[in-house]
Amino acid sequence: MMSFITYLVNGISLGSIYALIALGYTMVYGIAKMLNFAHGDIIMVGGFTIFTAMSTAWCPVWLSVIIGIIVCTVLGVLVEKVAYKPLRNAPPLAVLITAIGVSYLLQNVALLIFGSAAQSFTSIVKNVAPVTIGGVTVSMETVISIIVSVVIMICLTFFINKTKAGKAMLAVAEDKGAAELMGINVNSTISLTFAIGSALAAVASALLCSSYPQISPYTGSMPGIKAFVAAVFGGIGSIPGAMIGGILLGIIENLSKAYISSQLSDAIVFLVLIVVLIVKPTGIMGKKINEKV
Amino acid sequence: MSMLHIEDIQVYYGAINAVKGISFDVEQGEIIALIGANGAGKTTILHTITGLVQAKSGKIVFNDTDITKTPAHKIVTMGMAHVPEGRRIFQGLTVYENLMLGAYTRKDKAEIKESLDNVFKRFPRLEERRTQVAGTLSGGEQQMLAMGRALMSHPSIILMDEPSMGLSPLYVNEIFDIIKSVNESGTTVLLVEQNAKKALSIANRAYVLETGKIVLSGDAKELMNDDSVKKAYLGE
Repeated sequence: MMSFITYLVNGISLGSIYALIALGYTMVYGIAKMLNFAHGDIIMVGGFTIFTAMSTAWCPVWLSVIIGIIVCTVLGVLVEKVAYKPLRNAPPLAVLITAIGVSYLLQNVALLIFGSAAQSFTSIVKNVAPVTIGGVTVSMETVISIIVSVVIMICLTFFINKTKAGKAMLAVAEDKGAAELMGINVNSTISLTFAIGSALAAVASALLCSSYPQISPYTGSMPGIKAFVAAVFGGIGSIPGAMIGGILLGIIENLSKAYISSQLSDAIVFLVLIVVLIVKPTGIMGKKINEKV
Repeated sequence: MSMLHIEDIQVYYGAINAVKGISFDVEQGEIIALIGANGAGKTTILHTITGLVQAKSGKIVFNDTDITKTPAHKIVTMGMAHVPEGRRIFQGLTVYENLMLGAYTRKDKAEIKESLDNVFKRFPRLEERRTQVAGTLSGGEQQMLAMGRALMSHPSIILMDEPSMGLSPLYVNEIFDIIKSVNESGTTVLLVEQNAKKALSIANRAYVLETGKIVLSGDAKELMNDDSVKKAYLGE
């Protein structure tokens, strides 16, 4: 029973990292109606930035993470401006292929700079003893991941639902033209969305690389795809959906690793996606808005 | 100079010439109706004025400012509001949130509150339903919300695109009464309508459009008695 709870807590921890990444996918999809497949590689860039800042420049942890967030935010906005904005009215397939192109571009630039071998990442909470609560022992990384993710998700929910900029995002997500008529600058709202999504990816990279202390140019691809699965699972475009989808996915992955097979856990994750798409194509929180004339 | 001056605008959708050199003027305080069949270019004209579509050539001047190239999100700050065709309210947001987005560009909280009170006075049903999700309103209520949302920007001119579309006759009368009273409280109205009879009954002047061109214009009362208008648009 104790081990089950440990697996569960670790699953929630991994899942909350997936949720942070999934939020980037789902917000960008909701607003720009595109799947930003380069999002996973933003995680990798974040990881390498933090890694470099900590190991080469000897920055303290907090500063390294902030640098990582800044670099990812700027990169995310830049990618949107350079690669996606000119395709705003292009067919979705062209945008999708561009996103895949950006993904490979980032990976290959990282390959050139850092090489293909995985390097060991120093945890952002190194030398901190595991925590034991009621007989369940979990690592500090696990605890931090859960706390940080929950705090971020609460702040984000507040931002979206209570602030003017958040409301503008909801309006743009629903109807760009009508939003424009309200005086909302659609282009800067889209930039803001990419900025937030990329900043979340940077935080996710710090947590992910600390929990699984390695970094390589391919670090972002698998978590990126799984977070995409989580976003679809929860209902792409839905913010609470991405949070729930991410956490559920983390739990499913960890429990199947523990009780079924660690080799099969990824397969099970994708199986879940297929089942969800068959049973409820709009995802857990996905909604269909009925047009009223 | 008139409040809104449109001079020889040409609008294309790809190779299709939707608006073929249209010119007209709207004077302060008027209700101007643009009438015509489906595909005559009425909606395109409104979209071009508010910047959702760019004119290929021609000029749009609003209160002595050339707004031909001004992006849509800046036009609302100049005092022009647009109630789009099909209402296009934010279905997933509440009535209140929709109205507040109408005041998105305004800063003064007291003034916004005053506009909100005015909108609720004009549309008591919106106040009753202020916390309701907009997508669950009836068609007529959605039209009221779209109009209320536009009024929240405190416009000096309001562009309305097919406000009566898809509404029951009862609602149609109510909506036209409201347009009239909005105008009487000092807001200029540019009205696009397929319901020519209703539009002409409240308008000062009107322009009749056919396939991207103005074919007839003049006093609304006179147009109502014009034989060709009667035959083509009033079904008499």
